[in-house]
Amino acid sequence: MNAVIVDPAHGGADTGARGSTGVVESDEVLSFARLLRISLEAQGLRVLLTRQANEGPSFDDRSKFANAQRNAIFVSLHVSSTGQPGTVRVYSLPHPPAAQGAAFTPRGGLVPWDRAQSGFLDQSRRLAELIQIQMAQRFHGSPETPLEAPVRQLRTVGAPAVAIEVSSVSVADRSALDQMGPGLADGVARAVAAFRTIYEAGAR
Amino acid sequence: MVLVALVVVGLITLQGMRQAVERLRTAPRTDEQARRDVMQEPISTPTDVEVKAQLYWLSTSAPGTLDPVTIPLPLSADPVERSKQLINALITRAPGPERRTLPPEASLLAFYIQPDGTGIADFSDEISSAMPSGIMSEQLAVQSIAQTLGANVSGIKQLKILIHGQEAETLAGHLDLHGVFPVGVPPSATDSLQPGSQDNTSASNQSH
Repeated sequence: MNAVIVDPAHGGADTGARGSTGVVESDEVLSFARLLRISLEAQGLRVLLTRQANEGPSFDDRSKFANAQRNAIFVSLHVSSTGQPGTVRVYSLPHPPAAQGAAFTPRGGLVPWDRAQSGFLDQSRRLAELIQIQMAQRFHGSPETPLEAPVRQLRTVGAPAVAIEVSSVSVADRSALDQMGPGLADGVARAVAAFRTIYEAGAR
Repeated sequence: MVLVALVVVGLITLQGMRQAVERLRTAPRTDEQARRDVMQEPISTPTDVEVKAQLYWLSTSAPGTLDPVTIPLPLSADPVERSKQLINALITRAPGPERRTLPPEASLLAFYIQPDGTGIADFSDEISSAMPSGIMSEQLAVQSIAQTLGANVSGIKQLKILIHGQEAETLAGHLDLHGVFPVGVPPSATDSLQPGSQDNTSASNQSH
């Protein structure tokens, strides 16, 4: 595994969720991303962020950035408006319904842009499971198993990809969210290290 | 003489200005309001019969899930009108603010059912701008529509959501609106949505 792409969602004019006390999703996820980078690098992993400050790259810009890396994984960070405060949910894209037929087969090594994630759904699910286990251990009330949702950012990423959503911007004080940062970073880094073992064994 | 002419012209102009101000005062405030005024269709239809309809709103006992609530609702026999009535009720008749899945500011602009069973719900901009942003809240919003339709309308297999007549990238920043969402009632209260491609003619709801 060559790199971990950490994606602090939103940015620029798009602040994402905003709480009544002024907590803003785009600021919080950037803080989380910086902590996560430190924890991942401590595991010996190369880390790239889709934004370094308050820029606002589009979904496709972020996907292009990720897809330009070989053998990378993608972790998108979010904070929700709702949900039980202090909990974390991890999402991967769902498999298409069975009625849709066989999984898409690339022709000549080319995959349509809007189906880039289709070849990585099982790996993404596995990564999500490993991260969710860590989150459930650290944040009481978090689910034990990951969830599936059609998250826009994940659809165009051609690599194992997950979205992590922390609840929520509706806290009375930003510090309640900030305090989750170290545990989130450590848990994700441990899960990614475990996934790396599986990923590299599969590559061999 | 000139003075008299000027006074007459002034009086005529003043009357015209008063009328123009009156028109502006009663005119629709926004293009959106004008569009709604044109598109507005009566909620009740000649075939309405009061039934016990099952609508899906946020659960009070299990956070992050939906619970069915049975309410008496006059519903049309026509599936398009019936769908409109159900979605309008989903917006306006939530048991309480804490159970809402769709913002009260939102309105359904149009609903169509294609021959392949795809229901197309076209919402006003407020479905996005007033929606609590987040993967979970956006997913539950779409789920509530899909499950409510699945429980009360036959013939709709999947749901496509438009915003102001256009295909939007996301509902409120997270949930992908590119594809279609399966319509049905899950065996359990918690379920995931699985979008299919736009040319998918049928989809099944799979529980997790």
